[in-house]
Amino acid sequence: MTAGGGRERIVNAGLAALLLAVPLWAHWAGEPFTITLATRAAILALAGVGLNLALGTGGLVSLGHAAFFGLGGYAMGILAYHAQTVTPLPLWDLAGTRSMPVIWLVAVVGGAAVAALVGALSLRSSGVYFIMLTLAFGQMCFYFAVAWPAYGGEDGLSIWVRNGFPGLNTLDPLQFFLLVYAVLVAVIWMMARITASPFGLALAAARQSPARVEAVGGRPFRLRLVAFVISGAVTALAGALFADLNRFVSPSMLNWQTSGELIVIVVLGGVARLFGPVAGAIVLVALEHWLGGISDYWQIALGVALLAVVLFARGGLVGALAGRPVAHD
Amino acid sequence: MSTVLLLEQLLNGLQFGVMLFLMAAGLTLIFGVMGLINLAHGALYMIGAFAAATVAGLTGSFLLALVAALAAAAAAGALIELAVIRRLYGRDHLDQVLATFALILILSEGTRWLFGSFPLYLDVPPWLAGPVTLPGGIDYPRYRLAVIGVGLAVAAGLAWLIAGTRLGIRIRAGEADREMIAALGVDISRLYTLVFALGAALAGLAGALVGAIQSVQVGMGEPVLILAFVVIVIGGIGSIRGAFVGALLVGLTDTAGRVFLPVLMLPLVGAQQAATVGSALASVAIYVLMALVLIVRPAGLYGRV
Repeated sequence: MTAGGGRERIVNAGLAALLLAVPLWAHWAGEPFTITLATRAAILALAGVGLNLALGTGGLVSLGHAAFFGLGGYAMGILAYHAQTVTPLPLWDLAGTRSMPVIWLVAVVGGAAVAALVGALSLRSSGVYFIMLTLAFGQMCFYFAVAWPAYGGEDGLSIWVRNGFPGLNTLDPLQFFLLVYAVLVAVIWMMARITASPFGLALAAARQSPARVEAVGGRPFRLRLVAFVISGAVTALAGALFADLNRFVSPSMLNWQTSGELIVIVVLGGVARLFGPVAGAIVLVALEHWLGGISDYWQIALGVALLAVVLFARGGLVGALAGRPVAHD
Repeated sequence: MSTVLLLEQLLNGLQFGVMLFLMAAGLTLIFGVMGLINLAHGALYMIGAFAAATVAGLTGSFLLALVAALAAAAAAGALIELAVIRRLYGRDHLDQVLATFALILILSEGTRWLFGSFPLYLDVPPWLAGPVTLPGGIDYPRYRLAVIGVGLAVAAGLAWLIAGTRLGIRIRAGEADREMIAALGVDISRLYTLVFALGAALAGLAGALVGAIQSVQVGMGEPVLILAFVVIVIGGIGSIRGAFVGALLVGLTDTAGRVFLPVLMLPLVGAQQAATVGSALASVAIYVLMALVLIVRPAGLYGRV
């Protein structure tokens, strides 16, 4: 995942500006729903940015990232549920919380821990085994959430009021959007640093030629595991924000279709492109809103568009705009 | 826990297992021969079920419904292969995942558009309804027993097809070295279409058979697809024998987990929690099984590393 050449930098800046400008305009025009749509796009982009490190730079096609997304969502749901019902958590009798920074920390640590476990098992294999294993572990989390009744089971868990962030009124759509946007920009900056670091270069090398990495003393398994853990943690953070946006978390966040949509976001935007997921998320949310308004069966059109991108337009949106092919094998 | 209940659950697990085998056999064949990961296999299962329910509704004949399921799924499979799948053989797994995910969206929403969101019902025919008394005095549904019989017959037929026919020889040769058999004059693209249609037909048959036990609705294929993935990961990708053993293992583990785990939990967590804790654990039992198999044998039971 590189920042790319000059033209890609311009495309990136344009995408960042677009995602910021639309809600600012909507605020001025008095259309809060558009701000919510932009927030949704920014959060999905964040989840995609997390996935992109594993999928793009690491070449690890994970079909189980919904597990981390949903885990972040349930971190929010469970902590806020105990805070709003003033009951202690089942572990260690801790109190719940309504503070976003604490929730984010729990989501990130939880996401990293589960990613370490899933990664340690799945990364022993590769290729199609890896895809199926991540899918299976993701579904395991889904079925567990459905079967476990303490936090709503199949019906999910509703939160009455959005959680708070020190110094902000998160109930104001624009302030919540700006908070999400700041998190997104900070994480993208972090990803740019990671991919340009020796670790990031070694990870990309392990995708292109694991044998050579091993020959110079690198450990592909360890590189991939670290990438998978960071990826899972970022996606879990996005899940916590997503649940906070909807004030609702349910097993559908853990469903494998969510994993599929995250991959769609990354690929539509451009695999291994720094701002690819931002482009992908904007397009997906726009299509969902626009086509969904025209027909209930809009997913047929989405499917056809996806097929066209896969079969004929590899490199995604950022690739089409910025030209220069990125190292993708 | 009586012996009768134990045997009954054993048969239930067997029935679930052979259905999973029908799904997993196609998936593993398609992966073994063409190197393709096909997420849309669950959609073919759904197509089989819808075709069966429609034809059964029109004609009232269950056998015609099964024929329709086989034909519709095979035709849909051949069509999909010709239009989309054959462009994916040389691509990486990411492209295959994405394109077949797109096919799921198209096929599922297309079916919802044609048939609506309400489930259809496929009735068990009168000549297969009711219980049958097995040796030992166990009453067991005649239909489920028939399903087990059909599944085992298909498994035997498939084993014969792969091991003893000209097509089977070509399929095995295609798995071993596709350039070589193309060079020897086998029409490889026709072979691929044939294998894909065969896998699709098996999925369609499974969909129709299960459709008479459960309801026929959009999205019915995906849970089964994921279980079939678990099956072929356990059995070893590309191995029909592995798919058979894996399917029975998964079917029996899942059924046994759902019945016995709540009972086993009773002394540990008390009567009030036993049912919920037990069923939650049962829902993850097969994934634990999969993880255990992979720790011991990373390429599955019959897989080649």
